Amino acid sequence: MLTENWSSLTPKEKLETRFDIWMNPEGIEFTPEAEKAFKERTQIIKDAVQLKKPSRIPICPMMGFYPIYYGGVTAQDAMYDYDKLGQALKKYHQDFQPDCMASSFLYGPGKIFEVLDYKLYKWPGHGTSINTPYQCWEDEYMKADEYDLLINDPSNYWMRVYLPRIFGTLEPWKNMAPFTDLVELPFVGASLIPIGIPDVQEAFKKYLEAGQLAMEWIQAIGAIDGEALSTVGTPLILGGFSKAPFDTLGDTLRGTQPLMLDLFRRPEKVKEAMETLIPLHIEMGVRTATANKCPFVFMPLHKGADGFMSNKQYAEFYWPQLKAVILGLIEEGLVPLVFAEGGYNQRLEFLADPDIPEGKTLWFFDTTDMEKVKETLYGKSCFAGNVPVSLFKAGTPEQIDDYVKNLIEKVGQNGGFILSNGAVLDDAHAENLKAMFEAGKKYSP
Amino acid sequence: MQEKLYNAIVEMKEDEALALAREELEGSRDPLELVDLFRKAVEEVGDRYEKGEYFLPELMMTGQIMEQLAELTKEKLKDEYGDSGKTRGKVLIGTVKDDIHDIGKNIVKFMLDANGFEVKDLGVDVPADKFVEEAKVFEPQVIGLSALLTLAFDPMKDTVEALEKAGLRDKIKIMVGGAPVDDQVCEYTGADDWGKDAVEAVSLAKKWVGGA
Repeated sequence: MLTENWSSLTPKEKLETRFDIWMNPEGIEFTPEAEKAFKERTQIIKDAVQLKKPSRIPICPMMGFYPIYYGGVTAQDAMYDYDKLGQALKKYHQDFQPDCMASSFLYGPGKIFEVLDYKLYKWPGHGTSINTPYQCWEDEYMKADEYDLLINDPSNYWMRVYLPRIFGTLEPWKNMAPFTDLVELPFVGASLIPIGIPDVQEAFKKYLEAGQLAMEWIQAIGAIDGEALSTVGTPLILGGFSKAPFDTLGDTLRGTQPLMLDLFRRPEKVKEAMETLIPLHIEMGVRTATANKCPFVFMPLHKGADGFMSNKQYAEFYWPQLKAVILGLIEEGLVPLVFAEGGYNQRLEFLADPDIPEGKTLWFFDTTDMEKVKETLYGKSCFAGNVPVSLFKAGTPEQIDDYVKNLIEKVGQNGGFILSNGAVLDDAHAENLKAMFEAGKKYSP
Repeated sequence: MQEKLYNAIVEMKEDEALALAREELEGSRDPLELVDLFRKAVEEVGDRYEKGEYFLPELMMTGQIMEQLAELTKEKLKDEYGDSGKTRGKVLIGTVKDDIHDIGKNIVKFMLDANGFEVKDLGVDVPADKFVEEAKVFEPQVIGLSALLTLAFDPMKDTVEALEKAGLRDKIKIMVGGAPVDDQVCEYTGADDWGKDAVEAVSLAKKWVGGA
């Protein structure tokens, strides 16, 4: 609830209110230059999203661990040593002056993952080398016969089945009773009995410890992001967070292969499970974006990319559920910032869905043909992309310059466009990244 | 009956395919004939994939069906023919150092396997030395290096260089693959070629071992 009359506002009014709050943050002591830059940046991003022609093309790179390496610290430092994380991000923001922030949020608190014995990812020093970013470790964390458990009561499933599997420390939580047992006085005592089991008590102690670490973390990273905002004037655009329901099943719960087999073995259950996830994913996006006072909800897409399925399967198992989340967010005055990792050439027609209102979404593309993107989405949605990550590492500044020049000539002349890299950037040569910024400014109409 | 089995595999009818295969094996069917039929069915799935009719779910499902069919035929095959498996060629495969992604690599492995190659899979996060060591023992004609991260371009390059240093480079063709891999990356790593998917990996391997 951002204003007192929130529930009586239309989606359009809510969006304007959210933009207004984002563009006029309270309690930030900007330097004069940062304030000027911030106003310009938020305005050009807003103009681009609303399909106008901004005063110049915004340059909003999608950063992975690149700023960390550029700052001369290790991937492990980024997840454990908040001072070093802050130094690296400061150097990145100051040297490159990007139009959006590389938020410290992305790197996560390594200590918490240790305390909880996190299994869904491997991270520096815990399964990957100290200089390699965290990586997802897929497995069949949700079993094939557990769809009904998930569908009937997702929170209960998460707490008592899923979390005990992905956090070693919370394994004893499988003994807990569902909270929905607590319906009358005589049930209260019985429901609390499992909480007294020594293993469960121990698990809760660790959980509380993780909570304390989370407070330390949020204070540290809040200060880092605050400094980027007040001294460089880089706005946060990855404010809220949500997912496509199919990806939650594929990335988080079932794993890619088991889910793909489910499309043949139990297609109706897959669809039912996604129906269950839709409202949860809308609520998550709304809540996180509201907390961060940002109009954008970041949605990284994974398993609906070209090659992952046919258009027929996409039309049945991916798009309707993703669209429902997108529409739910738009209804709450938010701009889904949808990042189509990999190729999305076969899917572009879906994105041009007439049910999705114009100028309310922001699509980032990776290897998709940007001319086709323009043909399909121009006048409907702002689009961003797509300097190939291979060029940043294996190419030259001249090649980057050529690529950006051509890209802007072809798709960036009439507004509704943001310049960015393709896939998330980890490894690059600084001069190549600098070349993207320079070219973006040089060729901006 | 054989046509029904072939169609069941190609149309992703898992239960039907398994039931029909069991019937065939209980009869007097030569298991080698069945193996040949399975291979043709996988080829058809590969063709449909290339034509853009089939995608990852169908490749994965075919992999599952084939795994179960291989299990069913194994005993009878061994009883009647012993262990004399003749292969089209040998491929050593793995995800390079510092990268732990394996979905793409696993599909490539299955497709090569289904196309008659003997595949040795070294798993994920495989150091350059390990590729060299295994290449010396396994003596593959082809090595496939997989990666998803941009950070893995250097480990790919290092692996190619390590094979060169070990004097193995002339005898072995190297292919690279994974989402961010393109011409630029292929050239950077010093590999012989790259492919955008499992079907291209099979074509390269066939081309190189003269089985195209």
